[in-house]
Amino acid sequence: MSKVHVTIDGIQVYVPDNYTILEAAKEINIHIPTLCFLKDVSELGCCRMCLVEIKGKKELQAACVHPVKDGMEVITHSARINRYRKKNLELILSNHPARCQSCTRSISQCELQVLANKLDVESNNYLKYQDSITMNPKSDIDEGVSLFRDPNRCVLCRRCVSICNNIQTVGAISPLFRGMSTVIGTAGMNAIDSSVCVNCGQCISVCPTGALQEHRSLDGVMDDLYDPDKIVIAQTAPAVRAALGEEFGNPIGTNVTGKMVTALKMLGFDKVFDTNTGADLTIMEEGTELIDRIRGGGVLPLITSCSPGWVKFCEHNFPEFLPNLSSCKSPHEMLGAIIKSYYAEKNGIDPKKIVVVSVMPCTAKKFEAQRPELASVEDLPDVDHVITTRELARMIRQIGIDFNSLSDTNFDDPLGMSTGAGLIFGTTGGVMEAALRTVNDLLTGTNSDALDYNEVRGIDDGIKEATVKIADLELKVAVAHGLGNARRLMDRLRAGERFDFIEVMACPGGCINGGGQPLQVSDVRNWIDFKEKRAHALYAGDQKMIMRKSHNNPAIRRLYKEYLGFAGGMKAHKLLHTHYTDRSE
Amino acid sequence: MSCEKCQKEQEMLQEIILKHKDTPGALIPILHEAQNIYGYLPPEVLHEIAKGLNMPEAEVYGVATFYSQFSLQKKGKYRINVCLGTACYVKGAQDILDKFKLRLMIDVGECTDDGLFSLEACRCIGACGLAPVVTINGDVYGRMNPDMVDEILDKYEALAASEQEGEAC
Amino acid sequence: MLIKNSEVLRELRDRKHKEMALRLGEDFDPKDGGRMHILICGVAGCQSAGSLGIYEELNKRIEENGLQSEIKIISTGCMGLCAQGPLMVTYPDEIMYTHVEPSDVEEIWNSHVIGGKPVERLFATEPDGTKIAHALKDHSFYSKQLKIALKNCGLINPLDIEEYIGVDGYGALAKCLDDMDPEDVIDTMKDAVLRGRGGAGFPLGVKWESAAREMAPVKYICCNADEGDPGAFMDRSILEGDPHSILEAMAIAGYACGAKQGYIYVRAEYPVAVERLGVAIKQAHEYGLLGKNILGRPFDFDIDIRLGAGAFVCGEATALMASIEGKRGEPRPKPPRSTEKGLFDCPTVLNNVETFANVPQIIMKGTDWFKAIGTEKSNGTKVFALGGKIENTGLVEVPMGTTLREVVFDIGGGVPGHLNFKAAQTGGPSGGCITSEHLDTPMDFDSLTKLGTMMGSGGLIVMAEDSCMVDIAKFFLDFTVDESCGKCPPCRIGTKRMLDITKKITEGKGNMDDLDELEDLAQMIKTGALCGLGQSAPNPVVSTLKYFKDEYIAHVRDKKCPAGVCVSMLKYIIMAETCRRCGICAKNCPVGAITGDKDHPYVIDQDKCIKCGVCMSKCPFKSILKNA
Repeated sequence: MSKVHVTIDGIQVYVPDNYTILEAAKEINIHIPTLCFLKDVSELGCCRMCLVEIKGKKELQAACVHPVKDGMEVITHSARINRYRKKNLELILSNHPARCQSCTRSISQCELQVLANKLDVESNNYLKYQDSITMNPKSDIDEGVSLFRDPNRCVLCRRCVSICNNIQTVGAISPLFRGMSTVIGTAGMNAIDSSVCVNCGQCISVCPTGALQEHRSLDGVMDDLYDPDKIVIAQTAPAVRAALGEEFGNPIGTNVTGKMVTALKMLGFDKVFDTNTGADLTIMEEGTELIDRIRGGGVLPLITSCSPGWVKFCEHNFPEFLPNLSSCKSPHEMLGAIIKSYYAEKNGIDPKKIVVVSVMPCTAKKFEAQRPELASVEDLPDVDHVITTRELARMIRQIGIDFNSLSDTNFDDPLGMSTGAGLIFGTTGGVMEAALRTVNDLLTGTNSDALDYNEVRGIDDGIKEATVKIADLELKVAVAHGLGNARRLMDRLRAGERFDFIEVMACPGGCINGGGQPLQVSDVRNWIDFKEKRAHALYAGDQKMIMRKSHNNPAIRRLYKEYLGFAGGMKAHKLLHTHYTDRSE
Repeated sequence: MSCEKCQKEQEMLQEIILKHKDTPGALIPILHEAQNIYGYLPPEVLHEIAKGLNMPEAEVYGVATFYSQFSLQKKGKYRINVCLGTACYVKGAQDILDKFKLRLMIDVGECTDDGLFSLEACRCIGACGLAPVVTINGDVYGRMNPDMVDEILDKYEALAASEQEGEAC
Repeated sequence: MLIKNSEVLRELRDRKHKEMALRLGEDFDPKDGGRMHILICGVAGCQSAGSLGIYEELNKRIEENGLQSEIKIISTGCMGLCAQGPLMVTYPDEIMYTHVEPSDVEEIWNSHVIGGKPVERLFATEPDGTKIAHALKDHSFYSKQLKIALKNCGLINPLDIEEYIGVDGYGALAKCLDDMDPEDVIDTMKDAVLRGRGGAGFPLGVKWESAAREMAPVKYICCNADEGDPGAFMDRSILEGDPHSILEAMAIAGYACGAKQGYIYVRAEYPVAVERLGVAIKQAHEYGLLGKNILGRPFDFDIDIRLGAGAFVCGEATALMASIEGKRGEPRPKPPRSTEKGLFDCPTVLNNVETFANVPQIIMKGTDWFKAIGTEKSNGTKVFALGGKIENTGLVEVPMGTTLREVVFDIGGGVPGHLNFKAAQTGGPSGGCITSEHLDTPMDFDSLTKLGTMMGSGGLIVMAEDSCMVDIAKFFLDFTVDESCGKCPPCRIGTKRMLDITKKITEGKGNMDDLDELEDLAQMIKTGALCGLGQSAPNPVVSTLKYFKDEYIAHVRDKKCPAGVCVSMLKYIIMAETCRRCGICAKNCPVGAITGDKDHPYVIDQDKCIKCGVCMSKCPFKSILKNA
């Protein structure tokens, strides 16, 4: 790949010849305004914001898709361009409801609002149109269990369509109709809950406005928090602590575990447990399950089931592989069941009074929590509410807690102690590595230093494969993240390829990039490897911990000794395992 | 619902899908042919097509709703099409369309309650020498004026009454 | 019959040519093709008006009298003078009959076919009423025309490949395969400077060369038969009247550029064209002129038809290709150009029907011949579809450079009735209007672009003073808003805003600021829209604002519509002096807005009046007038 000379606004740059004008401009610190551009996800050149002048060409060109050429001369701003950009944005605003004050995206997270502010738009040109849309919205709002869709706020940037169809290969949404009637919708124009949507929430992560959000679960949580009769217990997923800090201005990848626990306590949660503990528990059950299947001639490969987006994807698209899915519940569901049984019994609490709130980086878990089969204690749901990392931040802000000034607090006993293995669940390859650490010890009967299975780490490859030698076994393992990669791997299984153990995470990068995580606008997503930074927080945390293998967790050991018996046993099975539903047709 | 007609239609649909499956860009020819069989594109048909082509159903809807020739709504027995191309417009096509609307009490894109007539306004069918033009199920009525509307509709109503139509399922 | 090589083609051509000689103004032997050919236009308007019945009537008589070897009837493509259809032409005497009905056949048969005496009353008429016997040569509609793209339309039976071959059809393809390298073909087409007839006017030779240069195993040739401009039916006529010319041209393009597969994208609103193309392709296969080893040469080429589905935007190249790929017809930004990455990401050449129709003749007759026709920068001819307020609506083909005045008044017969020429619209929803002060503008690519309109595909709509230019602008905007694909804000939202403003103006609610806003929006949309549809959508408004500003001002400042079209600004007024107080108007008023009695003249309450015009149409004494 060679390099070329390009002149931008009179400044010469020397850039690879496969760069676009947008990328070249960035080299000289000019961020040409964009709206629909999302690198490697959606590069359509359709919003027409990033138009620039190229010497010799009569018409303006879209910088985000126009390739550079040696000797090209570009002007990124001029009277003509500025006037045009303003007018274009005013047109988009004229079709957008004026209700920023009550939109969750407001204040720096709405790319439309930020752009409008940057470009000095003139309200006279669009306010009168906004009135009619605000008063008489054209389209119905779609309130799903996990997702919330307001087509009136949509600017038709097509990012959601790109990520759902091209990256996740779920194909739940598409642009429908044309012209001013264009709307992003599902097959049959049905509610999102009636479609093949798996609730992964990647669409929310890439939406520049408030058109896509998670289903709001805060109100139920607040009601229960202020109800003196209820014992409200929070648990937090591993990936939450690696990203929550971003909501309060901390650099990407800051581990804010201690402050997070403090904040939850200040919000009024009676206990704060750690989903990582649940993750350790999952490894106990799943590691046992793997060994049982291998030794006992069970269905292989064993495929992880902690990602509810992946589980629903499998139910829709690869139902014949449902028997391969681990029957283990996901960590927070396991922990919820244990809270309402073991913890309740141990402390003489009526489980009906316990409210379990899972703070998750995930939107699919909102759907997961209301699955009828995930109610193992007196038919009570194992988890009552799921709120996203973003929703937790909203709560913290609403109450007025100054997050960054908080001191650290530890999680509560008995379900707050966890290992490094549980921590790395939050990133792609983490579940696999955690499981291998335990399986290795169980099979070899040793208790050596934790092994780092580096071959299953990393975000760049969508599918990672390795052959791992443990005792007399050569385990062929694979890790896939992003549902498009999961589909490719499953197609290979369908074609007859053999594996022993597969980890699948629905979200590209794993939970650290879940649909419920703090939003990063495209200007960050395009150029900064935020997934890597968040993952690093988890791996660094793992390195520092004394306990890095799930089976060494004393809290888990005690749980089995005092209550569950042995892994995979009857009690464990009743509380910690589940089944799945064929949703294909 | 499985009567003989539905069964036959199902078979024909499967044949069409099979015939075009491996053609690149098969979706649009399949939608055309499916619409020829069913008269429009009901949800079950779109579902079958998505399944048969192994593509997301949302994408099939995305294509079917983009093009004005495809109708997800049932059409009338007699499909009235008023050409609103420039040549026809300049010669008064709007008045003709308004007359149809008035007489049938439906708007463009709708179907009368008795299922007899549906009304469309199309863009230029290329018979500009005969402007203004109206087609009904392919029959071309040239050099139209609003006064001719009643006579034409009366003719079709009489035609429908005289035919003994078996109940569609 | 399979044509194994050019030798066989030539033999067939010679044989068939002899049979058709009496149609071609050449010496002929009745033993070859009979003594009389009767050609009947069997497409479009004429077919709708019942020309099939005429065919059947004549056929009956021929069979009854056993004259099949003497008299032949041929159903042809468009003969052009649609306003006077159904049309019929007899050869070799070249008599044209107009407004023919099946009931006329008796007289034509007895008097002309058998008796040798043409039927005068059915001759073509000039606007002043004069009857012209040999219309094709002498009628003002035809005299200034020069047929290249339409050469065979109205002359041959489009459903008979041998007739096409008989007039040198597929001879150009044979010449290319036998005597020319692909590079030679490209050089020829570059030399000819054949500019695209679909609207953009891009030189075909340059396009073919870019595609030929690409090193790719798979390339495509596409024909744009989407003809979405309302008021345009040139391509339809060529497809229905001479489909083989397109097949031949595409095969030549395939040879020149290195493509083996062609697609003709036809709008679904043209079922007859689709059917005829299908027949033509099938025949071409049977005769070995499509498929493998064409004419015995190592050249394969095949053509498939793809139907449009009612989206004007699919006339845009990248949208057309997206549609063939089975997707929503949404354009994409360029680069890359389609010749680099087009259909299925392969190098693709897309040309318009009329453009293709010129190709075989350029190969056969040479570029000097072609360059001698037309103007310096616009070689050849252009087909126009004349519509609107014009005497001779129909299809005409004239050398580039013919003035608008000649086209409208000499060929078109002028504006009928007592109305006067106000403007001619070219380029459909992407074009603008030409006013009477520019009537002497030569019709060529650059002259029209300079005026703020464009050649477009050839639709030419003539308007008289009873057309309101604001209303016309609104009409085109309405079309564009409906047809916008919706992908980019400038077109999707911008044109809608322009339409809202224009509607407001036609309802008498506009103000002077609105005119500035229209200009502003127009500028912005032209700058930023992703594709040609959006970029040219403001043209009708910009053009009418430029040349008919006073009409806009009348609407916004004076709340008047000078043409008397915009309903909200109409006033129906009963002339008190001539009102006979019959009360018929009041009885028929659907909203009871008219009051009066035997002693007082009837009066319309303007507030109640819904401007339906029924009163005026019912008044037996013409006492009610429309006052703008």
